Amino acid sequence: MSKPSLPILSVSGVAKTFILHLREGARLPVVNGAGFDLYAGECVALGGPSGAGKSSLLKMVYGNYRVDEGTIRVRDGEEMVDVASTSPRRLIKLRDTTMGYVSQFLRVIPRVGARDVVAEPLIHDGVPPEEAVARAGALLARLNLPERLWNLPPATFSGGEQQRVNIARGLIAHRPLLLMDEPTASLDAANRNVVVELIAEKKRAGVAILGIFHDAEVREAACDRVIDVTDFAKAAA
Amino acid sequence: MTDTPLLIADGLSKNYGNRIGCRDVSLEVYPGEVLAVVGESGSGKSTLLGLLSTELEPSAGRVSYRLRDGRLADLASLGAAEKRLLMRTDWGFVRQNPADGLRMAVSAGGNVGERLMAVGWRHYGHIRDEALDWLAKVEIAGDRIDDDPRAFSGGMRQRLQIARNLVTRPRLVFMDEPTGGLDVSVQARLLDLIRGLVAELGLAVIIVTHDLAVARLLSHRMVVMRHGRVIETGITDQVLDDPREPYTQLLVSSVLAA
Repeated sequence: MSKPSLPILSVSGVAKTFILHLREGARLPVVNGAGFDLYAGECVALGGPSGAGKSSLLKMVYGNYRVDEGTIRVRDGEEMVDVASTSPRRLIKLRDTTMGYVSQFLRVIPRVGARDVVAEPLIHDGVPPEEAVARAGALLARLNLPERLWNLPPATFSGGEQQRVNIARGLIAHRPLLLMDEPTASLDAANRNVVVELIAEKKRAGVAILGIFHDAEVREAACDRVIDVTDFAKAAA
Repeated sequence: MTDTPLLIADGLSKNYGNRIGCRDVSLEVYPGEVLAVVGESGSGKSTLLGLLSTELEPSAGRVSYRLRDGRLADLASLGAAEKRLLMRTDWGFVRQNPADGLRMAVSAGGNVGERLMAVGWRHYGHIRDEALDWLAKVEIAGDRIDDDPRAFSGGMRQRLQIARNLVTRPRLVFMDEPTGGLDVSVQARLLDLIRGLVAELGLAVIIVTHDLAVARLLSHRMVVMRHGRVIETGITDQVLDDPREPYTQLLVSSVLAA
């Protein structure tokens, strides 16, 4: 596929060290000199062994972890917004319109049913609640979540069921940049395949995806290339 | 979210004799956003809430507020009548102890209806209908409308206080530990209710809490206070997941995971 000239995400010279003040200021270097570009319609995996900083890097792109040095620029229409230096309010807006994040675990909201949890991002976008809930149900059905669970809060669901709710919530609304942290870790083969299909559909819609995929089959099927973060981690140590 | 602040605090300080309540605090709150103020007892967070809501007079600094006509007013310059109107119509204040925010000897319907009358509602039937509507919103059965809150449980009282405060469709609501002192299951229900109403009504909220889980669930941004100062600010999940200041790291790491 020919790449459009402008990246959706451009990471450059990113460095991060955790300083643990409760451990006499111990320093935990994460990455140094991390840099790569991500284009519309491609899915890129962050690769490297456990502890290499893949998850931290993903969290820095989302603005969940702070950045010590470098820039993380995300395209928002005509503008490139630097997640590393922008204001909290601009970052909230960028997340609302441009960045989606599928975390490893669902953060359960008390009393809210699974289908409503999934519909929430659409309602936030202004989709009429009835339509949002219908689309949420359709997506949960595709992910084989039994209909009898849709109205129940996911707190009591199994790990795999919670993860499917989480994936549905992360994928239901259109966001030009999607970040996925091990979206298939606790899924069976059939549901892994559904996720691979969903990723392919997002790519066709021009979404740029950056993710961590430990499952080799999923990575092969979904990703166009791998960025090895081992070098960024070595440079930080 | 719009890009004009609703409330601006600039260099707020408050001394109690030699003791410092609050020192040089500046912050902005925007329409539709929830700002959490967290810190331990004695950190100055309740003093700050008192200053922002003009219940306390600052030793230095000022609070400005965007009135409905778009004018940004220094709150200290408003006359008593103007300020009272603002507090009745445009602001709400949900207190930790419902007995401080409710009229305990007045019926549930009266507690909600009183705020409506204060903004000019006169028709008894309309007031009662609106009160019933709000009791339903906060999950209080309509047949309790004539009971007074002394007969209510703690959680019900707190929900009634929320109805009383939101019935006039304020733009800004102050909340002081709204879930403090409630059973955990009651807390969850209240939090869910607050979360839903805040989103539905597009309220701006300044919520003081020592409970980081409450801050995570409800707020967009947070400020961490210690010894009367703001020591760290940012997007809520960023401050909680990657705290920078030693004290914030201590706060976050001291929470027991259930």
